[in-house]
Amino acid sequence: MQYMLAVYGDERATESMPREQMTEIINAYMAYTKALQDAKVLVGSNRLRPTSAATTVRTVDGQTKVLDGPFAETKEQLGGYYLIDVPDLDAALSWAKRCPAARYGTVEVRPIWVM
Amino acid sequence: MKSAGLAHRAAERAARQSYGKLVAYLAARTGDVTAAEDALSDAFAAALASWPTRGIPQAPEAWLLTAARRRMIDTARRRRVREAASDRLLLSVEEAAEGMSSEDVPDWRLRLMFACAHPAIDAAMRGPLILQTVLGLDAAAIAAAFLTAPGAMSQRLVRAKRRIHDTGIPFRLPDRADLPARLDAVLEAIYAAFGAGWPGGFDARRQGLVEEALWLGHVVVGLLPEEPEGLGLLALMLYSGARRDARRSANGEYVPLSEQDPDLWDAPAIDEAERLLQRASSHGRIGRFQLEAAVQSVHAARRISGRTDWNAILELYDGLLELTGSPVVAVNRAVALSKTAGPQAGLAALEELATNPRLVAYQPYWAARADLLARLGRPAMASAAYARAILLEPDTSVRHFLERRCAQIRPNFA
Repeated sequence: MQYMLAVYGDERATESMPREQMTEIINAYMAYTKALQDAKVLVGSNRLRPTSAATTVRTVDGQTKVLDGPFAETKEQLGGYYLIDVPDLDAALSWAKRCPAARYGTVEVRPIWVM
Repeated sequence: MKSAGLAHRAAERAARQSYGKLVAYLAARTGDVTAAEDALSDAFAAALASWPTRGIPQAPEAWLLTAARRRMIDTARRRRVREAASDRLLLSVEEAAEGMSSEDVPDWRLRLMFACAHPAIDAAMRGPLILQTVLGLDAAAIAAAFLTAPGAMSQRLVRAKRRIHDTGIPFRLPDRADLPARLDAVLEAIYAAFGAGWPGGFDARRQGLVEEALWLGHVVVGLLPEEPEGLGLLALMLYSGARRDARRSANGEYVPLSEQDPDLWDAPAIDEAERLLQRASSHGRIGRFQLEAAVQSVHAARRISGRTDWNAILELYDGLLELTGSPVVAVNRAVALSKTAGPQAGLAALEELATNPRLVAYQPYWAARADLLARLGRPAMASAAYARAILLEPDTSVRHFLERRCAQIRPNFA
């Protein structure tokens, strides 16, 4: 089954983070990505620019509007994702637990809807 | 008459056992609990109707599968028209039916229980799910036991089963590292079923749940004989179940543990519990259920010694409190403390818990408080606490007991 590990964290904390700590986190993500590749479970992954770069399109009263800003103001924001292919939820959860975001933020595990 | 009743129970048990095995087997192969249940529903109903009078067939699972086959094939064909991927169930059913003339299906009920008690399933639904999938109880019976509306329970069960399928919860035993925590969830769910059946003294449906939970406990111990907490849970349920007849007087009044006649306790059940607890402790891995069972073991010793060793009970509750941090345990510990160090010490321990939001609506907290206040000669506060306890108690006979206790303190008050 394919699962998306959606990585959530506090963007503002990241912005004000000392460079050394930032490097440490980036290294942790690189090692994690490498581990996913080595295990041959990685389908795809991306880091997203912060929600300050987000633009939202939404229909209000029948009119499609382009709005500046993210979908919703939240304490933690979607910062990236991993798409993985593993046998079952337990395998997906075990990868999610090893994701650096599990220490710094939240990882949401969602199965892909096969159409 | 009694033997006819026993035969009926044996047949029903066999039907439930075979049903649970088949649901577990088919669900594990397809990941789809609902489809497995659906396939077997008519066959199971037919078994419940026929086995008690005609006897249990030689190969019960094969009997059920034969009865279910047409239904399964029909359903699978209809679904195949709708969605291309549904050949799996038909295939696994046909395979299962092929190789099952005499041999048993593998017993995967524990896998099914682990799926139902997965951390991705709402903790409150794990017990109900296990009762439905492993035992085939209908939503109405489960709703009655868990004091929920049948419609709501039914919907929640449907959603939980869909969640097992959609999230890809596996049907297998957890890895060694995860096993203790995951087994705890299974045991909690079984204990919730036991607890849901417990207070319903006169409701046959709920009483039945006590038996079913005991039986699930036996299944877990049979399949994981080396897990001390499984042994502990089964012992705990046996101790509590052993006192069932002593909990009601001849005219149906509630009798608290301290006033029960130990001769009315089920001695063989207590003996079995003692053996299980001993086996559990030989593993040297203590846990919540073993400690709770040990408390019951101390209570049970009264049948021989004629007294209750409250120091031992206090020590066990100290251990439990350290392990669980549960306010319910803290209330029991305070009661034990009142027996060893006096009512003042017990009340002081209860006072420390007064701000805990979980205890505001917890009947035993208020009853314990009322009892200690009465002993300390504070009748007005004692009656107020009894009034609170009475309001919170759903069981009529327990309520009457509390009312009698409350009435007994009135004279001092006047």
